[in-house]
Amino acid sequence: MTPEEDGQIRARQKARAIVTGLLLGALVILFYAITIAKIGGGH
Amino acid sequence: MASSPIMSEGSAFTIPAHWRDFVALTKPRVMTLVVFTGLCGLLAAPGHMHPVLAFTAILCIALGAGAAAALNQWYEADIDAKMKRTANRPLPAGRMDRQSALHFGVGLSFFSVLLMGIAANWLAAAVLAVSILFYVFVYTIWLKPRTAQNIVIGGAAGAFPPVIGWAAVTGDISALPIALFMLIFFWTPPHFWALALFVKTDYAAAGIPMLPVVSGEVATRRHIWFYTAIMAVAAMAPVLLRLTGPIYGTTALLGTALFALLAFQVLRRRESDPARMAPEKRLFKYSILYLFLLFGAVVVDRWVAA
Repeated sequence: MTPEEDGQIRARQKARAIVTGLLLGALVILFYAITIAKIGGGH
Repeated sequence: MASSPIMSEGSAFTIPAHWRDFVALTKPRVMTLVVFTGLCGLLAAPGHMHPVLAFTAILCIALGAGAAAALNQWYEADIDAKMKRTANRPLPAGRMDRQSALHFGVGLSFFSVLLMGIAANWLAAAVLAVSILFYVFVYTIWLKPRTAQNIVIGGAAGAFPPVIGWAAVTGDISALPIALFMLIFFWTPPHFWALALFVKTDYAAAGIPMLPVVSGEVATRRHIWFYTAIMAVAAMAPVLLRLTGPIYGTTALLGTALFALLAFQVLRRRESDPARMAPEKRLFKYSILYLFLLFGAVVVDRWVAA
């Protein structure tokens, strides 16, 4: 594997890790909001 | 690890699929109509739903549709490679391996159904699960490669969102969501066959038995007209059954009359050159607007009545 190929893989992995992190953060907020809505008798 | 084998000079290495390709796998553009009809089902339903839970229910409908689209592309990667319109999708273009698409689709399916059950109710979750299973197993795997009537029954998969949206609020399924289901169900054949008329060459190359390929264009034009007539009855049913008021009634009457006029133009034509199929393209584009208009009218009507 050439350094260019290795760099390409690392860049792709980093981008995916960032997106996964953001999605997990969004899910934490969503589940918190769902919990508050349910406790508040919103449904 | 989602990856695709990339051959370079003298070496082979695997590069992980780009996150954008996972988004592309969910067919975000097709999702618009699914989300809109689901939202309309939710807004037209009687009762109150907490905005956070309503948002989550719509999110689940979108994720479920995306999961079904991913599984569809996992199964049809070979077919997609043969069609110009679909050859650049992540799987046929070699930017993602099939296993990653399968894992993504199955994972997203379970997630969307479970989240719907937790946030809304388990009836809505069950209907969502049925719609995903129907799209993947009944339409994609069973009907699509076997019969020219594939989209008639398969179209039911796309008709579920208003039922899911309604069920998420009320916890039941009554006459209006069933009427809305029937409207999308009978709208699907003229909508897709209008498209199939001017992309016929692509379906033929992939060996998909679309109606114009199997029965010819004249038969397709007759089928479009026939299903438009049934769709017209389905469109007027909510008014006749007094489930909606004059706003929907007027919109449905005028909108369906224009739909029938465009379908009649398509029926009378004998053009086989896709480049000269302006009326067919017009019918296809209008069919999308038509569904937006009628579903929007249902919501406005119900809100005015409330």
